[in-house]
Amino acid sequence: MSSAQLPILQVIVPLLAAPLCLLINHKLLNWLFTLLVSGFSFVVAALMLWQVSDTGPLSYHLGGWMPPYGIEIRVDQLNAFVALLITAISTLVITSAHTSLENKKDIAPGKHTYFYVAYLLCFAGLLGILVTGDAFNLFVFLEISSLSSYVLIALGRDRRALWASFQYLVMGTIGATFILIGIGLLYMKTGTLNIADLAERLPEMADTRTIFVAFCFFIVGVCLKLALFPLHMWLPNAYAYAPTVVTAFLAASSTKVALYVVVRFVFVVFGVDFSFTTIPLQAVFVTLGTLGVLVASLVAINQQNIKRMLAYSSIAQIGYMVLGLSFGSITGLMASLLHLFNHALMKGALFLTLGAVFYRIGGVSLKHFQGIGRHMPFTLAAFVIGGVSIIGMPLTVGFVSKWYLLQAAIAQGWYLVSVIILVGSLLSVIYIWKVVDAAYFKPALVNQAQLKEAPLSLLIPVWVLVLANLYFGMDTRLTVTLTDQVATQLMHIEVLP
Amino acid sequence: MNFETQWLQTFFGLYNYWIVVALMMCGLFIVITDGNLIKKVVGLTIFQTSVFILYISMAKVTGATAPIQIEQGTAVYSNPLPHVLILTAIVVSISTTAVALALIVRIKRAYHTVEEDVIQRWDVKKRRSEKRSKPFHE
Amino acid sequence: MNASTLLITTLSLPLFLVLLIVLFRKQPNIRETLSITFGILVFIVNLLLLESLWAGTAIECHLFALFPGLTIAFKIEPLGMVFALVASALWPVTTLYATGYMRAHHEPRQTQFYCFFAIAIFSVLGIAFAGNLLTLFIFYELLTLSTFPLVAHAGTAKAKRGARVYLGILLLSSILFLLLAIISTWHFTGSLDFKNGGLFAQVSDEVVSVILVLFVFGIGKAALMPLHSWLPAAMVAPTPVSALLHAVAVVKAGVFTILKVMVYVIGIERLANLPGTTFLLYLAGFSILVASLVAIRKRNLKARLAWSTVSQLGYITMGALLATPLGIIGSTMHIAMHAFSKITLFFCAGAILVATHKTEIQDMQGLGKQMPITMLAFGIASLGIIGLPPAGGTWSKWLLLMATVETEHWLLMLLLMLSSLLSIGYLLPVSLRAFFPATAAVPLSPAATGSIDLAPKASLLAIVLTTLACVGLFFFADAIYQLASKVV
Repeated sequence: MSSAQLPILQVIVPLLAAPLCLLINHKLLNWLFTLLVSGFSFVVAALMLWQVSDTGPLSYHLGGWMPPYGIEIRVDQLNAFVALLITAISTLVITSAHTSLENKKDIAPGKHTYFYVAYLLCFAGLLGILVTGDAFNLFVFLEISSLSSYVLIALGRDRRALWASFQYLVMGTIGATFILIGIGLLYMKTGTLNIADLAERLPEMADTRTIFVAFCFFIVGVCLKLALFPLHMWLPNAYAYAPTVVTAFLAASSTKVALYVVVRFVFVVFGVDFSFTTIPLQAVFVTLGTLGVLVASLVAINQQNIKRMLAYSSIAQIGYMVLGLSFGSITGLMASLLHLFNHALMKGALFLTLGAVFYRIGGVSLKHFQGIGRHMPFTLAAFVIGGVSIIGMPLTVGFVSKWYLLQAAIAQGWYLVSVIILVGSLLSVIYIWKVVDAAYFKPALVNQAQLKEAPLSLLIPVWVLVLANLYFGMDTRLTVTLTDQVATQLMHIEVLP
Repeated sequence: MNFETQWLQTFFGLYNYWIVVALMMCGLFIVITDGNLIKKVVGLTIFQTSVFILYISMAKVTGATAPIQIEQGTAVYSNPLPHVLILTAIVVSISTTAVALALIVRIKRAYHTVEEDVIQRWDVKKRRSEKRSKPFHE
Repeated sequence: MNASTLLITTLSLPLFLVLLIVLFRKQPNIRETLSITFGILVFIVNLLLLESLWAGTAIECHLFALFPGLTIAFKIEPLGMVFALVASALWPVTTLYATGYMRAHHEPRQTQFYCFFAIAIFSVLGIAFAGNLLTLFIFYELLTLSTFPLVAHAGTAKAKRGARVYLGILLLSSILFLLLAIISTWHFTGSLDFKNGGLFAQVSDEVVSVILVLFVFGIGKAALMPLHSWLPAAMVAPTPVSALLHAVAVVKAGVFTILKVMVYVIGIERLANLPGTTFLLYLAGFSILVASLVAIRKRNLKARLAWSTVSQLGYITMGALLATPLGIIGSTMHIAMHAFSKITLFFCAGAILVATHKTEIQDMQGLGKQMPITMLAFGIASLGIIGLPPAGGTWSKWLLLMATVETEHWLLMLLLMLSSLLSIGYLLPVSLRAFFPATAAVPLSPAATGSIDLAPKASLLAIVLTTLACVGLFFFADAIYQLASKVV
């Protein structure tokens, strides 16, 4: 296998695997097959990252058509990094999927095949967004992943999952159409759809009203997908009522990919110069980021359903990431990318933990958590470490991103913002604390004899993620070096004409 | 050319955009205000369609022919690419509509209604009762 | 064995112990013997480290880089050595005491208790030997988290409430202020290493003042007045926990951090000239006085001791902020002196609780007949807190007083003397009334007839040991003085 084919393999394998799953139509085999595909994608992503770091961006010309006329698949450090993250999380999530889906409260029996099909499509879509070098292609992949995630959410047993899915569908479609408008206007002005080409041609005409409008439509559309406050309305319900595996996957991947798109377009296509001077994006992002952190954290405190609580916490964390972007500095961008990576690790771990709790108890409200600390020590220990990571205690990944975020804020002289970042992490202490308090200090409501530790097949992925939380919290060489390089590259682009 | 005609020309010269904007607003308005889920989907479709028109109309070059090779290559062609793009976008739109309608069918079965406010009332009630109730049924 | 290896050994011993405790969770005797043995081992290793420190070897060790240019590093200097020695000397004693206390009191979940105890000691050693602010911060937070289960140990609603206040305030202050202070330091100086004379040579006074205030408030464990309320709240913990953690480990970690920041991050010359210092000094003075006043009004013995701790911590903070060598030495010595005295007082309070189930001071009249040794120890330790011979506290208080005189802070000098008088008022009557009750003597309980003292044997032994140490420190204070004077 020649390494030149790697970029296309990243997308095509899961995409082709999806219909194959429909043909296999067998619970266990489907699971193994999906696991295999996901693992394969992980290996491909790792190889790509390695190669990209070694030799520079990879470019694959679809059907042999030269860019900018043909569709290009272009992998540089930024998207290889995110792809590695997404495939890793996906592999872990899928590892636990088989056991997790056994639970009849999570997904209707007989729907397993649909789950795997939709999952693989969603996975393919997300990877497609990451690797594609073509703006319209990006839209198509975005819709592939969105449509399949509507289906995934609707698989939840609670009927509210349907309604959540429908809401997401409406919002998502509006967002995607906004993106389409943005791309259309860009094409109208530049006559190209290739992202690299766009980036080259845009500076000449950056001051026109068309580009301005295109930018606004595009960013609003992506921010809808990103669930940036106040465009987050679809997220809490969707996360709360989807099957737990789905929540874990979406929380750790789909918003991250949306953030990637923001980074790619704000910093590469439009350029920092345009985004931050022609358009008051900085003010917008700072305001929405800080508001998001504060409001979402406060709302999270009041939640009874832990899945909803973590969903709101995700919105707050997205606030942090956007805040990182808003600084428009290398450190800020780095912090944002680091948090993208780190947040995926912690939220993945937390939602998978919820999956384990759900499997045993059949619910994830605060009441269900009461007194289970002693009966499910490993599961709850994982939750505590994940929670500590969200709070941003040292030696966990949360601390690493917070460190850089604060550094960026102080370097900018924005002391109020840095205080808000810290207040946000204090608020997260409260909501994480509520769960810990219930689990360890409240009497159990369940018949204690029935309670036992979650099965290994759920615990292993959870603990892999938890250990990753700790590992990347201590050994930051990989993440920091990589994000530093990426951030420097991205900021460097605007220094050139 | 006097002032009025210049403006009138601009206004009517950009008539395709006005149509797009009008359609887009209609669609969005329906999506936001209408409580009936089916009508929401209709609104969504109108909204998407307006964007298709935006794409297609911008491909049109005045006095150009369809991009088919005639004997000499001197003819002015319309840009074919937006059409191709929109073909894809139409497929996406159809899929979205299909998923949305399928969801509505399921919602109808689960809630016995396709009205937004009724569904939301149900959900609020459910959440309140969840807060009160014990999580386990002995 | 070279010094760096020793350093790693002393840090890893408590962690290794955690493993052993979990392994032997079913055999309490082995579990506790191990705990005590490891405590003694750690102390011995620390003594060896002290020897190499005197010999002048630089003892350093870098583990790994957390961020580029920032490593998890350990480095031994005299201040940390004092703190580590105090903590590691008191750890085995406390374990000994806990053995008696926990069994006599039939506490549940003892394995968990000893585990977190060991982790807490690990964090304390980490704080003591931290080579830069980042390492210090990490262990500081670890200490908060690992002591939390200890505070909440009883599991009652009251314990949980107390523990929540404890965790809340400590996390709030450390995340909101300390982290901000550390990151600002990193931003402005590009370094977090501890350096004699401080890091802020090139930074303007205003900025350093703000950072100083952030540091002082960020180190909530030092229990300076607006952030002190966790200390009385945490008194719901079992007595050995209160004793070790809230008279020794946690609060001393706080004041130690303050001292360390003042000496090695801000630098005392710089500190003396900062506009923010005076404000903080008087805040410390206020803290000393008000806490003493509150202590007098407390009827519950442990609560009174807790407030007395708040007041005494104010002494150390003030000594650090006076920014003179005398103040720093006095503060360093007071860390040690106060530790031994206060732990004895807590031990006694716990012993009284276990033996007679009494917590209120007025019920302890005439207790001297049943628990003569305990009450005598209480009396001697009280002298240590007050600062009277023959207890070690005399020297440190004297030095601190001299430091206020030297810097001509007359009001503060007055405050210190007043607070000492107040401490006579709130501590001495406890032991005096025990021997010379004002009301008619309480009849002897039947259990007392067989033994001299009602306290559990193991606990009594611990009490005697720490009391002897209190007295010993009076006569052999020079060793600590020599070590402390190497700080500045």
